[in-house]
This record gives sequence, structure tokens and C-alpha cells, in this order.
Amino acid sequence: MSIGHYLVLSGVLFSIGAAGVFLRKNLITLLLSVEIMLNAVNLAFVAFGRQLGTVDGQIITFFVMTVAAAEAAIGLALVIGLFRHRESLNPEAFTSLKW
Amino acid sequence: MLALIPLLPFAGFLVNATLGRRLPKTVTGGLASAVMVLSFLLAVMQVWSLAAMPPESRQVNQTLFTWITAGDFSLDLALRLDALSAVMILVITGIGSLIHIYSTSYMHEETDEAFARFFSYLNLFCFFMLMLVLGSNVLVMFVGWEGVGLCSYLLIGFYYEKKSASDAAKKAFVVNRIGDFAFILGALLLVVTFNSLDFTTIALAAKEMPVEVTFGTLSLITLLMFIGATGKSAQIPLYVWLPDAMEGPTPVSALIHAATMVTAGVYMIGRNAVLFEHAPITMTIVAVVGAATALMAGTIGLVQNDIKRVLAYSTVSQLGYMFLAMGMGAFGAGIFHLMTHAFFKACLFLGSGAVIHALHGEQDIRRMGGLKKHIPITYWTFVIASVAIAGVPGLAGFFSKDEILFETFLHGSQILWGVGVLTSLLTATYMFRLVHLTFHGEERFTATAAHGHGANGPAHAHVADRHHAEEHTAHQPPAARLHDAPGPMAFALIVLAIGSVLAGYTNIPHALGGHLALGTWLEPAFQATNCGQPVTTGELAGIAIEECLPGEEGAAAEDHASLELTLMAVSSLVAFAGIGLATFLWLKRKDIPAQMATQFSGVHKLLLNKYYVDEVYDATIVQPIKMVSQEGLWRGFDVKIVDGAVNGAGYFVSGVSIVLRLLQNGSVKTYAAAIFAGAVAILAFYLWR
Repeated sequence: MSIGHYLVLSGVLFSIGAAGVFLRKNLITLLLSVEIMLNAVNLAFVAFGRQLGTVDGQIITFFVMTVAAAEAAIGLALVIGLFRHRESLNPEAFTSLKW
Repeated sequence: MLALIPLLPFAGFLVNATLGRRLPKTVTGGLASAVMVLSFLLAVMQVWSLAAMPPESRQVNQTLFTWITAGDFSLDLALRLDALSAVMILVITGIGSLIHIYSTSYMHEETDEAFARFFSYLNLFCFFMLMLVLGSNVLVMFVGWEGVGLCSYLLIGFYYEKKSASDAAKKAFVVNRIGDFAFILGALLLVVTFNSLDFTTIALAAKEMPVEVTFGTLSLITLLMFIGATGKSAQIPLYVWLPDAMEGPTPVSALIHAATMVTAGVYMIGRNAVLFEHAPITMTIVAVVGAATALMAGTIGLVQNDIKRVLAYSTVSQLGYMFLAMGMGAFGAGIFHLMTHAFFKACLFLGSGAVIHALHGEQDIRRMGGLKKHIPITYWTFVIASVAIAGVPGLAGFFSKDEILFETFLHGSQILWGVGVLTSLLTATYMFRLVHLTFHGEERFTATAAHGHGANGPAHAHVADRHHAEEHTAHQPPAARLHDAPGPMAFALIVLAIGSVLAGYTNIPHALGGHLALGTWLEPAFQATNCGQPVTTGELAGIAIEECLPGEEGAAAEDHASLELTLMAVSSLVAFAGIGLATFLWLKRKDIPAQMATQFSGVHKLLLNKYYVDEVYDATIVQPIKMVSQEGLWRGFDVKIVDGAVNGAGYFVSGVSIVLRLLQNGSVKTYAAAIFAGAVAILAFYLWR
């Protein structure tokens, strides 16, 4: 298993996540897609760390996971708030903050 | 010590300007007069010690501090007393003191605030005037020059609630600024040419230069400075402000617009005598302009009906005489006339002030007449001063005017002499027209001028200066109310009248057995010499100290004694002819002037309207400038280009924003896409770089 395989897998996961952010019309799915993108990056970090023989990649991964947990908590809280406001989870329903 | 002379009036100004409104009039007026008298005494002491020095080294220098240093150019704030400035400071502080004393009485109806304001301005004026004459370099002189212009503006506009007064003040200031601009250019050219502004340094350097037969740098410098002088000293073409300046209180007209400030231009030429002597072209221009002004103003004075305006045109005319003398190279004669004129013209103005005071503001001589028996002190002093200005032998004006005419005849052309004699005739005529219409003949002021000042306390000069007499109503026969000049005013009038008689005896010509004492006294001031002067400053150090030779004048003058006597006889005859003519026309055959006015109505109208010079200036200069300013600079440049650029920037930004703000559509997905695209773009840039 060379580093190339890990990176390809990481790229595929990131693309899936990005596609999910752009294509899906549900805020919760959007948050999940963001999590997939973050974990794709985590995979790349860990793969590079192993390749280079250092622990830096793993340390960063832990940071990312902690931040992602916090982000998910706040994100879900916002989603609940938004849902109470508009009875909808479609991101296109929340566009009143513009010019 | 020298610096105290100007600083005393300045101290008076500071006190009156800050505390004056809270002090009673006796204190403000007393203080202002006291500092002037003290300053006069100091000046006398200084001049006394100056006179004790040998004639060629009569100079007292006082450097206060170094003002400007730039490269090898340095300039001190320095004062210098020499023979010329000695005469000037005595005139300024002496006549200034008298006018201050006169004003304490003349202005006493003002409120405390206005009274203090008046005296603070008057003191400030004296400070600047003394700086002007005591300054040892052009810049110190220029500070004084501008300062007196400012005080003149403030005092002409003293009754600023009155439109005509504030207009006159603005006119005086603007016209003076035109002259001052030329003066600045002249001073800058002096710096470029001589790398110095010190009068002595310039004179010594100019002495080494050849006399400019063709138009050169010196001619340009002197011409620019002379343009400055035409503004300050009311000569053609910038004399138009002086008659309007009569809107100010009468003591101001006496002090600023007759005795001192307007003579600054004459003094300035005397101060730079060596420079002017090296520029014969400018000298000719000075003489011709002086003679033309003298004649023109004299003719206008002949028909004016406002007592102060007649005197104003007379002042312009006499200043023309002084410039004629200066232009002829007769600097001593010019300064002599400056001094005698200061006495009799101050006396005339103060006398006219007393008349106006007595008549509660009436200034029109057609509504005067017969005042002789009501106000004898004013009458007699006024007549003495009129006789003096007319040039009757024995009085001041005779000596100074004859000196000028003699020098003109000797050095210059007979044409200019003829103009001078003609002006002399006009002077005698219009002065005695004024005397006759004001003091002699029947009383014409009955219905209008008597204003019940018993019923309305402060109804004196100031109120009257503001509101003309037409508004006043009469309740009683006026003669009972007319009161002659009160104590302080009478004192000033009498002293000045004595001066008008005696001032001429300071300079008795050789032809009459005198020694031209004043001319001899002044002579060293017009030469370039630094002999006997301690060389302390860096500017003077490079120039060798000259040998001190006594002046070699005197011998030449003896030969012309018979010529001078003849000319004197001519001008005496002319003076008497003028007085006789005036007596005949305005006292004996009063129908003739009216007939002449109708017969030569064109000429009469021309003179009455002052040759339409104001109208011509208005049409050729003021209106075009207004047009250009309004249509071109304001509506064109300012509104279209300056405002256009500023507003255009605003419109451009908001126009572009209309399109750009559509990007902010509120959709999270769009923002995410933008972030994504941006990240991809940055990555792509670094990958393919």
C-alpha cells in the first residue's frame, strides 16, 4: 500500500463531501458532508505522517477531530434554531441576509 | 531703549484690547494717551542723544533677535534710528499724542466697549507705524506696512454696522493689498539681487552699481516698490480708497489718512534713496505720477461738498507734491513737506471734526456757513492751517512747497513745475472755498443740523457720523446749541495750529538767509554710508567702512538764490491769487460758481463724479473679476470640475456597486462555492506556477 492509494481515497472522499455540500438540499446532510470532507483531510494527514515517520499528522488529526466535534455541536444547534424559525431545512430558504 | 518707543503703544493696545471694555473711559482713553505721550518723550530723548552725535555717524541700532536664517541669508528683527526715522518718530508720536488726546473728547459719547476698541486700534496703529519707520530692513518695514494697513481697515470700518463704512474699509484693504503685492515682489527681487534686506547693506551695494539709464533690475525693483507706495500713499492709480476712507471717525482721518500712514510711501522712497537714485526711469515715473496726482486730486477737491472729502482730496494732492519732490531727487524737500503737511492737515481734519461735532454730524458744507462766531477756536485754528497749506509766506506750507517747486524747477522740467504751481493755485482756492462755505457767509444749517442733544444724550459725533443729519429734527434755534471744541480738542487744535506756523522754520532756505537745517540734518540718511557705525552683523562685515566726509552741499545752492526768490514770489502770488479767487467766487459773487457749474456742466459733472474713476475701475476691473470669479471660477471650475470630480467618484462607486452587490445573494451555497472556487484557484496557481 503506497501513499498514492491513501491519497486517492482521501481525494475521492473529499469530492463526495464537496458534492454533497453543493448538491444536497438538507442542512443536516450539508453538515454531514462537511464532516466527510474533514475526515478526507484527516486521512491525508495521517497518510503523510506515516510516510514521513513523524507523529505530526496524527496530532493535527486529533485537533481537527476536536474542532469538528465542536463545530458539529454548534452547527446542529444552529440547524435546530433555523428549523424553529422557518419550518424548513432547505438552505435556499435562508437567503434574507443579502444586499 | 529704542524698542520701548513702539512697545509702549503696543502695551497700551494689549491692555485696552483685553481689559478695556471693563474699564471706565477715563482709564482707557487716559492710558492710551499716556503711553503715546511717554513714547513721544522717549522719542525726544532718543533724538536728542542722536543729535549729539557727529552728523555722519548719526545712527542708533538695536537688534532684538535673529529672525530668519536660511543658508547664507540671515535677517534680524532690528531697529534703527537715524536722521530720517528721527523726523518720522517725532511726527508719529507727537501728532499721535495730540490726536489721542483729541479723541478722548471726540469719542466720549461711545459706549465703553467701542471707546476701548477705538483706542486699542489707535495704539496698535501707532505701534505698527513706529515699526515701519524704525525697522532697519525691508521685512520689518513690511510688517509695519501691513500692520498699519490692517489698523486702517479696522478704523475705517469702526462703525461697521454702517454698510458704507464696511464697504470703504474693504475697498481700502483690497486696494492696499494690490500695492502690497508689488511691494512683496520688489522685496523678493531685492533678496535675489543683493542677498540682503538691510537698508544700509542694500544702499552700499547699490552705490557700487552703475546708474541704470535703460530699464534694468534696479528700475524694476524700485518700480515695484513704488507701486506699493502708490497703494499706501494714495497715488494714481491706487488713490481711490483714500476719499472713501473718510467713513472712519475724524481723528482716524487725521492720524492715519493725513499725517502718518499715507506718508509711508514717501518715507519708503526716502529710506531707499540710493536705490531710487540709481534708477532714473523710476524717478521720472515717480515725479510724473506725483505731479499728475497732485493736479487731478486738486481739481476734484474744488467741487466736492463733503468737508472731509475736500480734505481727503487735498491730502491726495499734497502727497502728490511729496512724490514729485522724491521723484526729483529732492528727498529732503519731500520729507520736509511730509512733516509740515502732518501738522496743518492734522489740524484741518481735527478742525473739521470739531465742526462736525458742533453740528452733530453735518458734513455737507452746503449746509454750514457762518460758523465763525459760534466756534471761534475751531475757526481760527482752521484758518491758520488753511493759510499754511495754501502757501502764504511765513507759514509752514510756504517753506515746504516752495522748496519742492524750487527743486523741481532746478532739477526737472518746467512742465512739472508748472503743474506744481497750478496745483498750488488749486490748493489755495479749494481750501478757502472750504473756509468760506464753512465759516463765513450766511448760516445755512438752521433747519437741519441742530439736533436736540439735550433730549437724546449721546447724540454727538459718533451717532451723527452714522446717521446723517437729514434724520434729525430741530426744536430750537441752533446757534444757542453750537458749542466750540471742548478742552482736549481745543488743546490739540491749538498746538497743531502753532505747529502749522512754526514747522516751516526748521528748514529756512538759503535764499532767505537760512541754512536748510532740516535738509542738512536729513542729508546723511539719503547717502549710502556706514561710517562710524559699529559693524556687528555679518551682512555688513564684508563691506569696508567708508571714510566720513562731510557733505559738500551749500555752495551750489547760493548761486540759485535769485532764482529761488523769484520762484517764491511767483508761488506767493499764486497763493494769494487762489485765496482771492476763492473769496471772490464763494463770498462776494456767489452767483458765479453756480453759473459756471451750469455753463460748464460737463466739466462740473466730471469733477463732481471724480472723473468717473471709480466707475471706470468698476467696469474694467471689478466687474470682469466678478464675472470671471462667478461664471468661470465658481460656476465653471469649482462647480463643474472640483465638485464634479468629487461627486463623480461617488456616482462611479455606487454605479459599479449596483452590479457587484448582486454577488451577495444570501445563499450559503453560493458562498461555499465561491470559497471552494477560490481555494481551487489558489492551489492551481501554486501548482502551475
